[in-house]
Amino acid sequence: MKITVKEIEAWLEAFREEITAHKEELSDLDQAIGDGDHGINMARGVKEMHNLLETKSFQVPGEILKAVSMVFIGKIGGAAGPLYGSAFMKMAAEAGTKEALSAEEFLGVLRAGKSAIVQRGKAETGEKTMVDVWLPLLKKFEGKQEIDWDDWENSAEELKNNTKEMHAKKGRAAYLGARSVGHIDPGATSSYYLFKALADTLREGS
Amino acid sequence: MDKVSLVFVSHSADIVKGIKSLLFEMQPEVNIAVAGGEDDGGIGTNAQAIEEAISSVYSDKGTVVLFDLGSALLNTELAIELGEEGRKIRIADAPILEGGYSAVVEAGFGSDIDKVVEAAEKAREMQKIPQR
Repeated sequence: MKITVKEIEAWLEAFREEITAHKEELSDLDQAIGDGDHGINMARGVKEMHNLLETKSFQVPGEILKAVSMVFIGKIGGAAGPLYGSAFMKMAAEAGTKEALSAEEFLGVLRAGKSAIVQRGKAETGEKTMVDVWLPLLKKFEGKQEIDWDDWENSAEELKNNTKEMHAKKGRAAYLGARSVGHIDPGATSSYYLFKALADTLREGS
Repeated sequence: MDKVSLVFVSHSADIVKGIKSLLFEMQPEVNIAVAGGEDDGGIGTNAQAIEEAISSVYSDKGTVVLFDLGSALLNTELAIELGEEGRKIRIADAPILEGGYSAVVEAGFGSDIDKVVEAAEKAREMQKIPQR
């Protein structure tokens, strides 16, 4: 499996479709434990990303990831803007100028994104954030040369669902303390859609 | 003489607009820039807008940023990384209004950036109702 500009574009478009289809769900989750705008914010970001992909052409994966990072920083807002933006920025740096990435190299790119999120949000696992999807998922598949995309998607979904019983320690939800228990984290949910979109894209391609 | 400048970051454009006019009345000689709300006028913070605010008042003596809630910090940290490297910019861990008030007074004396940050952060412990 080789990941080029074509696969990255397909992945990001699939992510846009997931976010657009689940905009209400994301906002409802955020309404319960945050400020209720995660769906709207993410939808605004991916719409702008779609315009960018339509109007510009890219040579290498790193170039797209960089351009998308700036869109996310400028358009998503909330905590998700700087978190997704920083993730894509570090992913772009890791992808560099390579035209095609192997599965292993691409996992390295995603891990760079994970590190950026951990660093920016200063969150650890168990604090009911997107880190609870990114960190354990990438750890599970680290070093794999071939990825079972069904396993990938199911793992991401399970990790997202696990945030339900967690007690929020970061962000607006932390103000709720124990009252945050019983709700799935919205950031973990949008991250799940990002990884589901990846599985759907690369499963078809392989 | 050059003074440390201040930047205020809030989820609301109205909040920082109010803080700026209040502090300008107190000390008009300190340069203040603000970044509040989203591009479309909504509630939120934006790293690019914060970076522009910092650049608009940056001085060699440095710039201190005060922020309101959670993601304002993430966006301020990102804004600093987006800008030129090696600039003297500090984020004060302080309440935005009381800390800003202490900071503008300190900056007005021509104090260095460490002193201004310290003054802002001391505001955390300031008693607002005098003890008898």
